[in-house]
Amino acid sequence: MSLWDKLATLGGWLLAILWIAPLAYAVWTAFHPAAYETHFDLLAPLTLENFPAAWVQAPFARYFLNTVILVTVILAVQLVLGTFAAFAFARLRFPGKQVLFLLVLLQLMVMPDVLLVENYRTMRILGLTDSIVGIGLPYMASAFFIFLLRQTFLQVPTELDDAARIEGASLLTLIRRVYVPLAKPTYVAFGLISVSAHWNNYVWPLIITNSVSARPLTVGLSIFSASDSGVHWSVINAATLMTSGPLLVGFLLFQRAFVQSFMRAGIK
Amino acid sequence: MRRETIHAWLMLLPALVVLATFMHVPAVETIIASFWSTARGARPSHFVGLKNYERMIADPVFWQAMRNNLVYALVTVPLSMGLALVMALLVQGRVAGRAFLRMAFFTPTVLPLIAVANIWIFFYTPGFGLIDQIRGLFGLHAQNLLGTGSTALYAVAAVAVWKEAGFFMIFYLAALQTIPPTLIEAARLEGASRWQIFRRITLPMIMPTTLFISVNAVIDAVRLVDHIFQMTQGGPDNATNILFFYIYRVGFQFWDTAYAATLTVVMIVILSLLALGQVVLIDRRVHYK
Repeated sequence: MSLWDKLATLGGWLLAILWIAPLAYAVWTAFHPAAYETHFDLLAPLTLENFPAAWVQAPFARYFLNTVILVTVILAVQLVLGTFAAFAFARLRFPGKQVLFLLVLLQLMVMPDVLLVENYRTMRILGLTDSIVGIGLPYMASAFFIFLLRQTFLQVPTELDDAARIEGASLLTLIRRVYVPLAKPTYVAFGLISVSAHWNNYVWPLIITNSVSARPLTVGLSIFSASDSGVHWSVINAATLMTSGPLLVGFLLFQRAFVQSFMRAGIK
Repeated sequence: MRRETIHAWLMLLPALVVLATFMHVPAVETIIASFWSTARGARPSHFVGLKNYERMIADPVFWQAMRNNLVYALVTVPLSMGLALVMALLVQGRVAGRAFLRMAFFTPTVLPLIAVANIWIFFYTPGFGLIDQIRGLFGLHAQNLLGTGSTALYAVAAVAVWKEAGFFMIFYLAALQTIPPTLIEAARLEGASRWQIFRRITLPMIMPTTLFISVNAVIDAVRLVDHIFQMTQGGPDNATNILFFYIYRVGFQFWDTAYAATLTVVMIVILSLLALGQVVLIDRRVHYK
């Protein structure tokens, strides 16, 4: 190792430790009694009691359920709608295709969460305020996914397509048996992006929900930690970790897949 | 009509209905609403022409929000991108424990911004947050970074840098891997220093990625501000009030929907210009290859 490499290693580790410090400190306090939250002591006793304390002080079980339903429903509908739309754009010929595709791509620019006021009004007319469907509906057609999947579908060899059609496969069979299996990596990549995006989404759910029955974790957590009723930081930190826990664990287990999908997400 | 056309429409219809209902139609409605007044009690909404825009131009809070947004972008964009490049170079080089470094840099990206906000509020807590504990070791007095007008905007900007740098790092990592090693070998044989190699080979080769990330970073600086809701609510005294938060406040705390629509039009224009910039940049990127 040259002197340069040693310096780079030292600098890299310093930056990494600095970078992980806020999270590490939150983890540390979450596993220690409240008495230690204001002064760091390596020898402080460990405890798990902050987690159940947070769990009973707010309806986190319900928030978890809401979030899980929310991300599952959004992803399922996005995949179905996106698959059909992507196939039509990739492999069918029809008048107005270019214009429609451009209209779809507009969503990359004007994301649903920008149009808060009008979308809120629409949801009130539809009677969907304060419901999980109301949170998810604006996101159920993802222009980004349609774009991504169309690119993938365009790469499917036309010979495969022709062979299936000659054998008399219907369009639906063709999509299910040929296109979907070949596009599996795209589905996985988008799945990770969609789940983490909607698990983390905050502003729109904050506006559209006003009761425990629909509120997702992010909104529940913000209300819990803003309540200012003398809740200990160690308990708030435990709640914070709890709400990001599934994503964090998923990320640590499937780091490579996560990094690769996020990279795809950026290369629009 | 041809059979294929019918099939195509049937396949597109569900997605198009959702997109039209929650994007195209509300976008147009937002623009229309910006020319009407907000309905209040017995007084229904009526056409006011450019009144809402006149009000906006005369609204000091609007200008402060725009200024704050500009400062916020000027801090977060270069800082997160610079750090991202440093991180990518570190993770890519011959550093011991690369896996740990990559994990440390990327983990904040996965966390919800609301969770990140909580972690940082705790970090910033006056008196006993970690920052003040460390300052205390050096005999410095406690300070309220989030509650002081002159520091609050930078304190929330730091949170965004922390969350975003690791995300941009992975784009730089991908870009660095496309640089042919032979190019660097050749430069080394010619006696080029590390700095020269970085300046003359690495930097130009990753330029398209830098442009691409910068547009995304600016879009995020306009749109991704959840932590401001949690950490400061735009305060103290509007010091961290930025455009998107101001739209929320006007629309859902003051319930002045017409004025909120007017502000939303400004935001749509900004995002559209950025998207246009992105298209131009990506076009240029094709020419690089």
